[in-house]
Amino acid sequence: MRRTALDMVYELAKEDDRVVFIGSDLGAGTMDNFREEMPDRFFMEGINEANIIGMAAGMAMDGLIPFVNTIATFLTRRCYEQVAVDLCLHNLPVKLIANGGGMVYAPLGPTHIALEDMAIMRALPNMSVFAPSDKEEMRKLVPATMEVRGPSYIRLAKGGDEVISNDHDGFEIGRAIEYRDGGDVAFITTGILTNRAMAAADELKAEGINVSVLHMHTVKPLDEGAIMKAARRASLVVVAEEHSRIGGLGSAVTDLLAGSFGAGGPQILTLGVPDVFTDKYGSQDDLLEIYGLQPQQLAQSVRDAVSSSSPITAVGG
Amino acid sequence: MYQTPALDQRSKDLRHDCVAAMEGGGRGHLPSALSLMEILRVLYDDVLSFRSDQPDWLERDRCILSKGHGCLGLYAVLADKGYFPKAELLTYCKRDSILGGHPERDKVPGVEASTGALGHGLGIGVGMALAARIQKRDSRVFVVTGDGEINEGSVWESAMCAGKHGLDNLTVLVDYNKLQSYGSTYDVQDLEPLADKWQAFGFAVDSVDGHDVADLQQSLKRLPYTAGKPSVVICHTVKGKGIAHIEHQAGWHHKSKISAEEIDALYKAVEAA
Repeated sequence: MRRTALDMVYELAKEDDRVVFIGSDLGAGTMDNFREEMPDRFFMEGINEANIIGMAAGMAMDGLIPFVNTIATFLTRRCYEQVAVDLCLHNLPVKLIANGGGMVYAPLGPTHIALEDMAIMRALPNMSVFAPSDKEEMRKLVPATMEVRGPSYIRLAKGGDEVISNDHDGFEIGRAIEYRDGGDVAFITTGILTNRAMAAADELKAEGINVSVLHMHTVKPLDEGAIMKAARRASLVVVAEEHSRIGGLGSAVTDLLAGSFGAGGPQILTLGVPDVFTDKYGSQDDLLEIYGLQPQQLAQSVRDAVSSSSPITAVGG
Repeated sequence: MYQTPALDQRSKDLRHDCVAAMEGGGRGHLPSALSLMEILRVLYDDVLSFRSDQPDWLERDRCILSKGHGCLGLYAVLADKGYFPKAELLTYCKRDSILGGHPERDKVPGVEASTGALGHGLGIGVGMALAARIQKRDSRVFVVTGDGEINEGSVWESAMCAGKHGLDNLTVLVDYNKLQSYGSTYDVQDLEPLADKWQAFGFAVDSVDGHDVADLQQSLKRLPYTAGKPSVVICHTVKGKGIAHIEHQAGWHHKSKISAEEIDALYKAVEAA
């Protein structure tokens, strides 16, 4: 997915001389083609995210379109004020490509694990937040961000993620994609949790529980229409994300539904990571399992919720 | 150290406008504006290429007031140059004013960057200087920082970056009034040896009397000091310069609820300077 994202930036830069690439201290050989062919628009600036964001802002103020790439935690936590003031307050078209969103860097521990990134990016006015499901969706997303007026946060997954997107469903920023339709239960997901939710939906379908899956590659701006449509026909809405349960897609959906339905809406279940720093290593899959986010666990959470009857309660995963 | 000449009428007039804005808003960081008054005056009178009737003219030189709390001085100069009517100064900090307690790019014609959070202007300036290079423009970029401001690590990240790229179209002007909010810069966070620090980060350095118009003019005429290097001018200044009873007074850093008597005293002090 990262390779695809950077390949797309390279392709865009070849066509559009406003496109600039700024990395911090990425792996040796990263974007060599860009550096060799367009050296005046390639920047590898070292480990100084505050400077890099300011620099990208200054470039964007003068008409350039910078793509900035480094590890998600450093691109969000380290330079939050620069992102807020330099990019969001000025509403500049800078694209942040965040490596290792969620628990991709499981073996590297909590300094590298980005579980609040979408929450803090989503809270900033003018910022758009994206979490594509796979590299094919990334291939469509990156060029589409050229039309986004303000800053964009693009959350990358691990790479080699199961490809679930297809040309048939198309791609439009801000428009959710329904991969499974119908049913009393609606999964609303983002990033790589969509493929896990689809597997869970298949498992449940075999048991006679019909589950729809709505994929939100764009977490902000939120496709409220698609969410409301799914929620209106469901008695249970399950939001699943590789993110803290505070402030991410679950919060966005809960806010929307609570404000829309009052007492008569569907039961809401938000599945994500509780309010903790991870304390295990292993792999991304290991950590997803610890927090109940693998397909069989998602299916079990649905079974448990279906058998209970507590409308309009957000139940922790 | 410097034999600062007496302030001339133009310097007094600009200070008068700062006080007028402060009177309108009833608050403000006045001493921080007065210490950089001659820096901005000389930049806008003698150095910068700009068109006040076309603030986004692509070929212009960019001036970023990184110490955004000094905005009373910037507003006075921009109004003087015709970016907006002088009467606007009297609306300072009022609900619907374009002139807030920190300057905003989208509101005030002539303001290049919204600042106020310290340590942001130089990074933005580096980006603008690189953009000029990429786009093959002759635009130069000037960044005015405070002294307390350069406590921020982000300033030194950007300084390192400017040095690496040899941005000789970039000039930093440090308003070195040696007084930050709590007290003396020597006590709160000593910056010395300041010239050596900038030099070590790849800058060509000059030091001037930041209230001596001729000294500033002569120094800025020589820019860039060294081809292939960014420049820094360490401007030795006085916080509150030109209003005797607030000079060197840490307690005056930011004032609110200013009385009519205090405003009157400020006007009188400007005229007496």
